[in-house]
Amino acid sequence: MTTGASSPTAAARPVLTTREVSITYEVNPPVEAVKDVSLTLERGEILGLAGESGCGKTTLAYGMNRLLKAPAVMRSGQVTFHDASGTDIDVTTLDGEALRRFRWDKVSMVFQGSMNSLNPVMNVRTQLGDVFTTHRPGMSRAERDQRCAELLDLVGVDPRRMSAFPHELSGGMRQRVMIAMALALEPQVMIMDEPTTALDVVVQRGIVRQLMRLRERLGFAVIFITHDLPLLIEISDRIAIMKDGRIVEEATAEEIYRTPQDAYTRQLLASFPSLTGARGGFVRSGSPVEPGPTPAGGQ
Amino acid sequence: MSGSLEVRNLHKDFRLRNGVSFSTLHAVADASFAVEPGRTVALVGESGSGKSTIARIITKLETPTSGEVLLDGRPTPRHATREYRRQVQMVFQDPFASLNPFHSISHHIERPLRLHHPGLSADQLRSRVVELLERVHLTPGETYLERRPHELSGGQRQRVAIARALAPGARFVVADEPVSMLDVSIRVGVLNLLADLQRAEGLGVLYITHDLATARHFSDEILVMYRGRIVERGPSDEVILNPRHEYTRKLREAAADPDRLGQLRDEVRSEMTGGPA
Amino acid sequence: MADRFAGIRYLMPRWSAKLGAGLVIVGLITLFGIVAPFFTADPRDSSNKGLLPPSPEHLLGTTKLGYDVLAQLATGTRGSLYVGLLGGLSAMLLAIVFGILAGYFGGWLDEVLMLATNIMLVIPGLPLVMVIAAYVQNTEGLGDFARSSTLVALILGVTGWAGSAVVLRAQARSLRTREYVAAARVAGERGLRIIFVEIIPNLVPLIAAQLIFGVMAAVLGEAGLSYLGLGPTNSITLGTMLNDAQTGQAVGSHAWWWFIPPGAMIALLGTGLALVNFAIDEIVNPKLRLAPQAARQQRRATKAGKGVAGGGAYA
Repeated sequence: MTTGASSPTAAARPVLTTREVSITYEVNPPVEAVKDVSLTLERGEILGLAGESGCGKTTLAYGMNRLLKAPAVMRSGQVTFHDASGTDIDVTTLDGEALRRFRWDKVSMVFQGSMNSLNPVMNVRTQLGDVFTTHRPGMSRAERDQRCAELLDLVGVDPRRMSAFPHELSGGMRQRVMIAMALALEPQVMIMDEPTTALDVVVQRGIVRQLMRLRERLGFAVIFITHDLPLLIEISDRIAIMKDGRIVEEATAEEIYRTPQDAYTRQLLASFPSLTGARGGFVRSGSPVEPGPTPAGGQ
Repeated sequence: MSGSLEVRNLHKDFRLRNGVSFSTLHAVADASFAVEPGRTVALVGESGSGKSTIARIITKLETPTSGEVLLDGRPTPRHATREYRRQVQMVFQDPFASLNPFHSISHHIERPLRLHHPGLSADQLRSRVVELLERVHLTPGETYLERRPHELSGGQRQRVAIARALAPGARFVVADEPVSMLDVSIRVGVLNLLADLQRAEGLGVLYITHDLATARHFSDEILVMYRGRIVERGPSDEVILNPRHEYTRKLREAAADPDRLGQLRDEVRSEMTGGPA
Repeated sequence: MADRFAGIRYLMPRWSAKLGAGLVIVGLITLFGIVAPFFTADPRDSSNKGLLPPSPEHLLGTTKLGYDVLAQLATGTRGSLYVGLLGGLSAMLLAIVFGILAGYFGGWLDEVLMLATNIMLVIPGLPLVMVIAAYVQNTEGLGDFARSSTLVALILGVTGWAGSAVVLRAQARSLRTREYVAAARVAGERGLRIIFVEIIPNLVPLIAAQLIFGVMAAVLGEAGLSYLGLGPTNSITLGTMLNDAQTGQAVGSHAWWWFIPPGAMIALLGTGLALVNFAIDEIVNPKLRLAPQAARQQRRATKAGKGVAGGGAYA
């Protein structure tokens, strides 16, 4: 069992706040990808960030972790990390070594394609261990191995697979290894950008469940970015809906689902037909609900 | 029944090389079903379940190891492949890859028209292309003729792909995950378009997807595939609301459902307090 | 009725300083090779005095045998360009046949064609060319053709296609699995039409790059052969000029005007072709085009704004 941060309910203080962040792609003509976004991530909560491709959700996530690459520029705004120790870190001014330690140590990230970024010629043990060699140089080899085994166990991968190479693992297992890596230094925030989109639903469900368990146990906060609104409603505490670089609505998952205020939120909700409920906006609602012999067969 | 597209006892094996030894992967094992005009059959399964292999066999991009594909009750001899393709068309998954970046939109629709209706004059061809574009709600059709795929959005491209499938005058359309690469807010629109066209023309549609919700609302019958086998089949609502096979239940459990809001969190919490910490 | 030019426009290289410089250099050399021989003296006129340094009568001086170097250079450039173009084109045609057919059809055809390609690839190039050239040139019954620049160009083409074929095969294989090729098959298109209408247009930049590379290789190959005395003896090329300068001990007698012009011409032609090739490479691989732009923007952005990550590493 790991030490875990403070229990999720203990601190009412937020863990990460962004204030009026604007990010522009300096291309010709410049594209404003994120416009005046202010978000607050409470300690230990799951904040869902929903939007379609091109709405700026990934850019925002990168901005929060200072991972923007040219030509993206953060034009204005504040990103502040409120450390569990009580100090505040101004993320936008971090530099060099301080920035390197901030990332992964305080805030870690899992991408959609993460599972494909494992080094194919190194086994899982080496790659997981690398995180410790880099960030915890004092650790002994035995300690490292033990931590790696714990981590794998935590994310639901048999620790005996530690000497496996990435190609010997399935996509879901590789993504779990990436989550283990992101958890390695017990960060207070985990930013997950479409972490399960490339995986099959059954595998996805397993990973999401594991994530919920880990959150309860370790108390980190999650920013979960995806276009899959039903999934977000099911797992998030709060949800922000993003469109064209702006947050158009932010509320608890229940409010977003039951009483959506913004027209776009409603449109997005309507895009996901209910699995068990009525047919909604589907054109076939005109045809008999009980699919008997179809009248349209008159060929 | 005549006027249907039927597959009977379809098997497809792939030989996999594993160093020096070979193993056989049964991608499709003993699949039989029929698609009838005016009806939609959904083939549901996860990646690797063999559903795309079935699509490729039906469109004759792949030959089955054994089993038959029957159109109007008859198998298609080799020399009649083109005639078969006039009747059976396909909409591909990725609208960004299924249109050739080199060619204009009109090329993509004109070619199948020209191949299957060689008698048409240039003017007739042009008006047929415009008509097809407008049928998939790309209006006015003329403005799209000379555009190239990269100038169109994903949804527009997929409409072009649908128009291309309709061009030969197909009676059956295989739609392989036609909306999974599109933005969520336009998915329903594209599916509705497909459903509209299907009703207007009495098309038989084989809708291949991993999404249970659209499969239920969009089709009359659902076949659930698991590891190359069809493990459950029945009327859509029946399969989704009262799943019989264990795998179907598992799939349904795994699908996101906003009605279960907060449930997962509570489950996990009680698991933590109940079980060993 | 389709806009045929739209597709072609999409394949044209973006205008850039590199492309401009390359086209100007290649253009001027080509013009020189085509036009100059009409205005210069007879390159085989040995009535002049030998080894004259540059002067108003002989702008680039004369060789040991009294040939006018400028006249030789003009004719030699024409000869080298001819060898380059013919050699490059024949190599390209062979590469297309072997590479694209193998890549698209796969199966046993692929095996057979690639076996041939690999054999060509592992045989060391220059020695093979030397052996073939020496053999063919001593074959009875070929007459003048045996020592013509046409034959040398064809030999260079026949020995120089394998590398391009491998590149084209890889691309054709990857294009073959694209959905639009499958879509064309479902639409009822036939194999060869798919190759020519759906696949090859998308390979044009790559084929052009391979052609330019082939031209460069043929020009250099011819120069090498001629320098070794295996080049065309009944025509003048930049390579035969260098060979003459070598046997006439131009370096020893400090006759720089004899060997520098053909050497510089080869280097210049190579540079020009390489520049054009870079511009084409940027179409084949758009990352190359975006990389310098991105670097510029990064510099500007760091100056102007804040919050831009320095490096890419985050672990």
